[in-house]
Amino acid sequence: MGYKPVRPGKVAGRRMQSYDVVIAGGGPAGLSAAIEVAKHGGRPLLIDENIRPGGQLFKQIHKFFGSEEHHAGTRGFQIGEELLAEAKALGVEILLESRVFGISRNGEAAVTRRGESFLVKGKMFILATGACENAISFPGCSLPGVMTAGAAQTFANLYGTIPGRKILMVGSGNVGLIVSYQLMQAGAEVAMIIDAARKVAGYQVHMNKVRRVGVPVKLGYHIKEVVGTDHVEKVILEQVDEKFRPIPGTEEEVEADTVCLAVGLNPRVELAELLKCEMCWSGPLGGCLPSHNEYMETTVDNVLIAGDLSGIEEASTALEEGRQAGITASYKLGLIDKDSFLKETKRVAKSLDKLRSGAFGERRLKAKEAIWESWGEANER
Amino acid sequence: MVCRCEEVTKSEIEEAIRNGAASIDDVKKATHSAMGYCQGKTCRRLIAQLLAQYYKRPVSDFLPGSIRMPVGPVTIEELAKLTEDR
Repeated sequence: MGYKPVRPGKVAGRRMQSYDVVIAGGGPAGLSAAIEVAKHGGRPLLIDENIRPGGQLFKQIHKFFGSEEHHAGTRGFQIGEELLAEAKALGVEILLESRVFGISRNGEAAVTRRGESFLVKGKMFILATGACENAISFPGCSLPGVMTAGAAQTFANLYGTIPGRKILMVGSGNVGLIVSYQLMQAGAEVAMIIDAARKVAGYQVHMNKVRRVGVPVKLGYHIKEVVGTDHVEKVILEQVDEKFRPIPGTEEEVEADTVCLAVGLNPRVELAELLKCEMCWSGPLGGCLPSHNEYMETTVDNVLIAGDLSGIEEASTALEEGRQAGITASYKLGLIDKDSFLKETKRVAKSLDKLRSGAFGERRLKAKEAIWESWGEANER
Repeated sequence: MVCRCEEVTKSEIEEAIRNGAASIDDVKKATHSAMGYCQGKTCRRLIAQLLAQYYKRPVSDFLPGSIRMPVGPVTIEELAKLTEDR
């Protein structure tokens, strides 16, 4: 991307570098948070473990939906490029191939980068660490060829190679459907998409795409076993009842050399947990996550969160939440006054409301409201 | 296989639970699962599911379990350097 990374020497060394805001995670949420802080005259440091920032955006070769203000019709990687250009123009410092491996409430974050380690200090933290893909366990799940859908997408869309020739996809959510389609575009055959649930979980548009190209979708099935000597050779499926209990005698064999798991994501809470942010539980948004309010504040002063860490949604919501976190941080640091804080917050809230409308969106909005409520309760304690 | 980093199987974890492990931390201490390279990113939820099944309680009762620094792989040398910096 041509983004010149900050040399670690500049950050490391005898004296610890101090920033207004240290942001962990350079996906859409972290990037837009950094942009907001920099725009308001603050000095953010963005830390990301990958070779370039942008998070999952650069894997998203499909077009986004929604209205124009939410980049509808634009492909994920283009949004990533726009964000990077903006961050660059504002002089945002970005530390790549770096990971925050420790963090403490006194404002220090321990970073490791290519075998070097150093501390950086921030008046505030914004955690935008994203999510991990859920795993499932079955006999043969550690055979080469079994991988998460995200890993397969990385192979296909970032490295231009396919992980296998014949794929079995587990999970009919948007990730499962989109990655299936993209693997086919990359030249692989998708033998089947299965889901233990009785209903396709993803959007109809994505479902129609894979249906049109003739991929069989089998609902009410799970993997009983994956068979192979040194790699996946075949998959034994089994029907499950409404409570996901296997029904004996319903086994079926499918030939495949790759099994992709698209069975949901969970917020990457490690850093929030180290900072002792109070956690809450949201089934629809991925499980355990830090309690927070509409302004992206956690229960710990000066620690904000954004993106998938605050509940699994989409890149577009992550982007807006990141923006909000950046605005809140700017206000708390005294970079903007209350009036502009309220004005900008209102604009972001309006945009998020739009993103959280429709049948799928409303369910997310309800889950979000429950989390905001949990933040209120935690703060009263 | 539940914990791939430390190669801990489902039956080993179930055995630990039957022997009294009542939290992710207990299971970690008994089996060394969730203590490898990925620090439980893959298996933490699976262990919580097994605990939830056995104790007939919601998975949310068992997550996230205690998480400590370092959250990713770091060498001793890197850790030692940190204190020099201060």
